[in-house]
Amino acid sequence: MRTYLTFLYRCFRLSFVGDRRYYAWMFLLTVFVLLGINAYCKQLVHGLATTGMTDQVSWGFYIANFTFLVGMAAAAVMLVIPVYIYRNRELHDLVIFGELFAVAAIIMAMLFVTVDLGRPDRFHHLLLRFNFPVSMLTWDVLVLNGYLLLNLHICGYLIYCAYRRRTPSKVFYIPFVFVAIVWAVSIHTVTAFLYSGLGGRPFWNSAVVAPRFLASAFAAGPAFLILSLAVLDKFTSYRVSAKAFMTLRNTVAIALSISMFLLGSEAFTEFYTDSAHVASAKYLFFGLHGRSGLVPWIWTAIGLNLVAMLLLYLPISRKLPVLMVACVMLIVGIWIEKGMGMIVPAFIPTPLGEIVEYLPTMNETLVTLGIWAGGLLIYTILVRVTIPVLTGRLTHDQAFSAASRELPAGAALEKEAHA
Amino acid sequence: MKDIRIFESTSGGPSAYEPELTRRSFLRTGAAAVGGMAALAAALSPLRELTSDEIPDFDQFLQKHYKEMTPAEMELALERIRRKVEDRYAVRPHLRDLKPMEGVEFVYALNLSRCIGCRKCVHACVAENNQSRSPEIQYIRVIEMPRGTLDVEKGNHHYDRPEVPDANHFYLPVQCHQCANPPCVKVCPVEATWQEADGITVIDYDWCIGCRYCEAACPYWARRFNFAKPNLPKEQLNPNMSYLSNRPREKGVMEKCHFCLHRTREGRMPACVEICPTGARKFGNVLDPKSEVSEILRTKRVFVLKEEVGTLPRFFYYFDERYPNTLDPEALAIADRLKAEEGDAYGCLPGAAGPRKDFVAAAQPEWWNGGHA
Ligand code: SF4
Ligand code: SF4
Repeated sequence: MRTYLTFLYRCFRLSFVGDRRYYAWMFLLTVFVLLGINAYCKQLVHGLATTGMTDQVSWGFYIANFTFLVGMAAAAVMLVIPVYIYRNRELHDLVIFGELFAVAAIIMAMLFVTVDLGRPDRFHHLLLRFNFPVSMLTWDVLVLNGYLLLNLHICGYLIYCAYRRRTPSKVFYIPFVFVAIVWAVSIHTVTAFLYSGLGGRPFWNSAVVAPRFLASAFAAGPAFLILSLAVLDKFTSYRVSAKAFMTLRNTVAIALSISMFLLGSEAFTEFYTDSAHVASAKYLFFGLHGRSGLVPWIWTAIGLNLVAMLLLYLPISRKLPVLMVACVMLIVGIWIEKGMGMIVPAFIPTPLGEIVEYLPTMNETLVTLGIWAGGLLIYTILVRVTIPVLTGRLTHDQAFSAASRELPAGAALEKEAHA
Repeated sequence: MKDIRIFESTSGGPSAYEPELTRRSFLRTGAAAVGGMAALAAALSPLRELTSDEIPDFDQFLQKHYKEMTPAEMELALERIRRKVEDRYAVRPHLRDLKPMEGVEFVYALNLSRCIGCRKCVHACVAENNQSRSPEIQYIRVIEMPRGTLDVEKGNHHYDRPEVPDANHFYLPVQCHQCANPPCVKVCPVEATWQEADGITVIDYDWCIGCRYCEAACPYWARRFNFAKPNLPKEQLNPNMSYLSNRPREKGVMEKCHFCLHRTREGRMPACVEICPTGARKFGNVLDPKSEVSEILRTKRVFVLKEEVGTLPRFFYYFDERYPNTLDPEALAIADRLKAEEGDAYGCLPGAAGPRKDFVAAAQPEWWNGGHA
């Protein structure tokens, strides 16, 4: 127990130690977090009227980001499959980074739901009268929290074992890993059911929503990992093998293709049928009755995704910088497609045919940025603490001072590594 | 210097395992911590604007779900609400918790051949049910529809003519249909909304967490959310109220039409039925075979909106078969008389637009950037 507390304390200390770039990055994130908190306080005082949402478009940016992040969290764990099922060693350590990101993403997702609530002060009502199993939202609460715990357990256990220089005992984590894989699929499926189960919103009321969500998540999640691993590879002592990048690249390429295919099938069904249900899709892709607020968004998304897909299939993306560009493009593309392209158009036109457009306000955007910054802050700290442990430089039998001095996440360390 | 000393004294001495902490690192940590705290305090500062009556007190925080309250607890809750209304509006309300009547199931029937689109029901409803006036929340939406279609997307929500009715249109008022299979109830994560024995779907405003899932689920766009703090002038408060219907709401909760249950559960008609100048609106107990609505359901060719979504509305529409292409001449005559008698005050009142327009004009905090980033 004492050792464990020392471990936590050292992790805490470690998160404040780093080189200049680390401090600059953390400072920047902290500034955005504070701006977000400030904006949220304004929202608490003036109500959700500070957002662009209305009775017509009653969910917006917050729920869009929530959906996107649930997908990211689910996808991060999918990397586990090749490691444990196909015994692909290259990805072994990467799994931990994936799961750490899953933890951060789930926390962000839950924050997004929380800031979307009109009465966050009544959060405890969920514990007192839980409309389970009828309401899909209660399912979501359960699976998201369960997923968070699962991932905390798996990475916490593996990292702590490395710290104690012990070999992790399989019974304590392998079963959980398998549960987490299935669970990852479930969180995104349940989130899709949240929307697809509503008969009054034809745009969502489609069986293809869940597969679409999964496919796009499996593209965006590993793409994000590629980016963060590239950063680690460059700025820390941690080395990522080229093969690992290529495995991730293949995953992303295939998932993105499936996602585009599903988008195409959806579009075909909507437009060829051309029934009354097509109104939202028309609004999204081409505009309706002269209102076309989402048209630039969706075509930007499709353009980004197509170019990213092309890059991923060309040999040129074996070069890391090109791969990173493709990843950034597709993350942005999918973020738009799932957010502004999936959540918002279902409300336009309203079930009574009224067209009211939606754009996030400044305040809403600041809250959103604040949550993203907070999530990245959490992820950075988790990774910051994990690397020295995984590389065996911070263990229970070593003095902390050595670890902190030798392991700034950055340049000093680079020098050392080269020496 | 003072802050730094605090940090010095609270930290333990350097142990063998821990790095030695120098005086300089203390200073730095101390300064960073103080700076961080100051920044956090600044970030939280807007909270000071919260007024005390917006922050739930202890009793309100602990108040149980409607269905779990004992009669004594309900009485306490009612008294607390009465006090709050009195504080805020300087009127002692006649507030009670009205239960459904035995053997009653309410349904609504609306004769589209008589509706002249005057929106009197919209405004009578707002006056009756203590909705926020700015931004104005309206439960009833009257849609101006071209003749020959029931596709609401062809309708106009914001018609603003010098005179109604227009000969080429008919008028389709929509409000909560009190569905027998209500998706809004199904999706609510905390059971803050449910269907009562008399068929009315109600909301416990003290239980709703404001997630707006029900608003996304309703196929009739019947639900309204308090995006801003409701703004109801003292002199416009309707003191006749009940727990599940028109007591004043707070910011961040859902509301909608409840068939005026504080009236109808005492045998009166809803405000919209009472005000309708042409008698287009009919309301009553469908379990009573002698009621007017039972008669209508038996004899008229009634229909419901969006039957395909399977929500089984308790709100029926019908056209008078005698007048396939025009309004009922009787209704037209009433419209003419109203025009003569009331002039400008007659009907077609603008303001049935979305709430946001009102919000920007009326409740604009000074940091507001005009609506969009
Ligand atoms: S009309 Fe909408 S709010 Fe009313 S009961 Fe039906 S689904 Fe619920
Ligand atoms: S907004 Fe309120 S009533 Fe509607 S689903 Fe959420 S908690 Fe239930």
